[in-house]
Amino acid sequence: MDAILSLEGVGKIFPGAVALSDVSLSIACGETHIILGENGAGKSTLIKLLAGIYQPDSGTIAFNGEPYQPKTPHDAQLSGIRIVHQELNLLPYLSIAENLMLESLPRRAFGIVDRKALNSRAVALLKEVGLDIDPRTRVEALGVAQMQLVEIAKALSYDSKLLVLDEPTATLTPPEIERLFAIIKRLKSRGVTIIYISHRLHEVFEIGNRVTVLRNGRLVATRELQGLTVPDLVRMMIGRDIADEYGFDASIVPGTVALSVANLKRDASTPDISFAVRHGEILGVAGLVGSGRTEAMRALFGADPKLDGLVEIDGKPVAIAAPKDAVRHGLSLLTEDRKGQGLLLDMPVDKNITITDLDKVSRNGLLNRRAEVAAANDLVGQLRVKASSIEQAVRNLSGGNQQKVVLAKWLFRGTSTLILDEPTRGVDIGARREIYQLLWMLAAQQKGIIMVSSDLPELMGMCHRIIVFSKNKIVGEVPRAEFDQERILSLAYQEYVRP
Amino acid sequence: MSETSETVVAAPVSPAKAKFLRFLVRDAGVLLALVLITLFFSATAPYFATSGNALKIFVQIAINTVLAAGMTFVILTGGIDLSVGSVLALCTVVGATVMIDENLSPAVAITLALLACMATGAVCGFLNGWISTRWKIPSFIVTLGMLNMAAGAARVVSDNSTITGLPQSFVDFGNLIIGGFLPSIFLIAVLVIAAGWFVLRFTVFGRMIFAVGTNDEAVRLSGHNPDFYKVAAFTISGLTAGIAAMVYLLRLNIGSPIAGVGYELNAIAAVIIGGTSLSGGKGSIIGTLVGACILQVLSTGLQLLGVGDNFKPIVIGLVIVLAVILDAYRERLLRKIR
Repeated sequence: MDAILSLEGVGKIFPGAVALSDVSLSIACGETHIILGENGAGKSTLIKLLAGIYQPDSGTIAFNGEPYQPKTPHDAQLSGIRIVHQELNLLPYLSIAENLMLESLPRRAFGIVDRKALNSRAVALLKEVGLDIDPRTRVEALGVAQMQLVEIAKALSYDSKLLVLDEPTATLTPPEIERLFAIIKRLKSRGVTIIYISHRLHEVFEIGNRVTVLRNGRLVATRELQGLTVPDLVRMMIGRDIADEYGFDASIVPGTVALSVANLKRDASTPDISFAVRHGEILGVAGLVGSGRTEAMRALFGADPKLDGLVEIDGKPVAIAAPKDAVRHGLSLLTEDRKGQGLLLDMPVDKNITITDLDKVSRNGLLNRRAEVAAANDLVGQLRVKASSIEQAVRNLSGGNQQKVVLAKWLFRGTSTLILDEPTRGVDIGARREIYQLLWMLAAQQKGIIMVSSDLPELMGMCHRIIVFSKNKIVGEVPRAEFDQERILSLAYQEYVRP
Repeated sequence: MSETSETVVAAPVSPAKAKFLRFLVRDAGVLLALVLITLFFSATAPYFATSGNALKIFVQIAINTVLAAGMTFVILTGGIDLSVGSVLALCTVVGATVMIDENLSPAVAITLALLACMATGAVCGFLNGWISTRWKIPSFIVTLGMLNMAAGAARVVSDNSTITGLPQSFVDFGNLIIGGFLPSIFLIAVLVIAAGWFVLRFTVFGRMIFAVGTNDEAVRLSGHNPDFYKVAAFTISGLTAGIAAMVYLLRLNIGSPIAGVGYELNAIAAVIIGGTSLSGGKGSIIGTLVGACILQVLSTGLQLLGVGDNFKPIVIGLVIVLAVILDAYRERLLRKIR
């Protein structure tokens, strides 16, 4: 088989993190190649390299035997690589036909759009993906599955040689997935090469020829799918042994319940959830991205509205309508989006730390700068934040040090229960260990800690207990003695696997 | 891996040096521009470097400086207030109407007028802030609506005519030049700037204004209500429009429903030239004072140079655009320094 696309030692580095490292991969002409990996394994970085959104820092990519160096997404399209991104890129207020041929609308004299040609070509394209809809329909009127098919039809309209589908089934129902697979098979029989990214392990066997697994930015293996099983894939995805970088502290014994949540309901369509965390306990929250973990934590904290639910702190019911209520009752939230929601990026370290409780460093509304600087310096030293001074803007700190600043701001406030959403995402290994140590110190001080993470070994290394989310539901709770990667992962996939 | 991150974040300059550079780029730059422009006109324009001309400039910037002081708060939170010109008009007719009431002694009338101006302005500003935060509407649109409503209200209150006959003591105070060099209305403007500077620099409230403008979602998730500070900033902007209306009455001695046309743009220009970022979170009110000075020095200087009234706005417009370009450039410089 000839290779249509080959990567040689491709690497991509972001400030503070290596996203892809030394990936060599060859996609054969006409095959459907599956790419698997956990969140953060490097799948999306790889796609963005192919799409011309990022450029590799090392290594080479060849497409059709020629060097492939797209500088923009437009370059990628011109060379015949089409990417259907997970988040769709259609223009809602234009018709299907206009969306399909936006980049080269058929024209008559004076640049007037030739509607007739436009619509008839659109009908032909839609037929290829099995959509029987008037091409003049506006895209906003379509369902998600139909939009997905329009995106694929759009990709076909450019005579693409290589089609990249990024988690196309993430939002589809089983019958829709069935239809999508039929179309993928048809495209395959026509000789289109497909790269298919997914985290749904069961479905990939139906359409894939080979599979490549990424982990921590590195390529684990490329194998024929035939003969592999779901557990094989899981092992490849998670792979590494849980080396004890976590420092689980067995001497800490969880005490009374610090925070309990009963029948928390975000909106009419999501199920109730209930859970509790004890003083001195680290409670893990596992689940896929989009499984409702983050949303549940935000609703609990008052960051997003909730319909119903009883929150109790130390056994006393509290009303939390907004984050300020949560903070007043001693809760802290470290958000997964550190830069967008956690930090005042252009403000210095000290002002980021004291923002949670300016009353502590002021009197009658007047700031006491000396007290503020002293308090900030104290925490910066305690958490070993590496900054040139506390007046450095947090934007210029590394991911790990930024995360320490977020932790410092909650420690400054004083907290009884911390909710940490992906606390080590984008944090290098050294700072990661320091964060783990800090969490053990907090646990030793009898604080309750809820740790949401996509890094399963991390959760298993750190937590006393893990609860698992799947499709907005808590589908299981696993105590430390029964920790098992495959069990937790299969729980996480439970609600997504087709019966 | 940790090594990579450390090299990326290593600070390029020492803290003390960074502090100095930051001061130079962020604060001293505008002041330097003012000095250079002033020197240029002193050398080239006849009569520019006279005490009479300096006094005239001080008198002329008073209204804009007061408006721009409040505008600084709004822009720091990431908003914009287009209504201050017509809110000023409304306040001048309200204030003048109160002041010419014959049943009141001059002292009482003036005091009541001041309170009425400030209250009217603050209510307009509060509405701007409350509507834009309550319904999450861009302040650009809400204050554009207020611009029209306040202008209409000014006509209704004044029956579409100018109001004259203010108490003589009031008029006299407006013409007062303290010690022969400090016009009373300029003193008012400087006091307003000083109050704003104190609040922004030394109070918890001022810190929150900067924080909200930097990232309101992070502020909310840190346990605060960012909308409170946004509404407060608009209320302050309305309040200063009310104070500016009193300055207007002191200077021109009439309440007019057509006062203040275009004043909002001058106020915004002063804030931006003064180095406050339109995207919020960064800036200084001292810069705003300097920005107002630059605008007036340019205007007066060009006039004395004999540049026609038709060309003057072109030059001033160019300076405003230049200031915004410099603002973007300054951001990049500051990022490198920090």
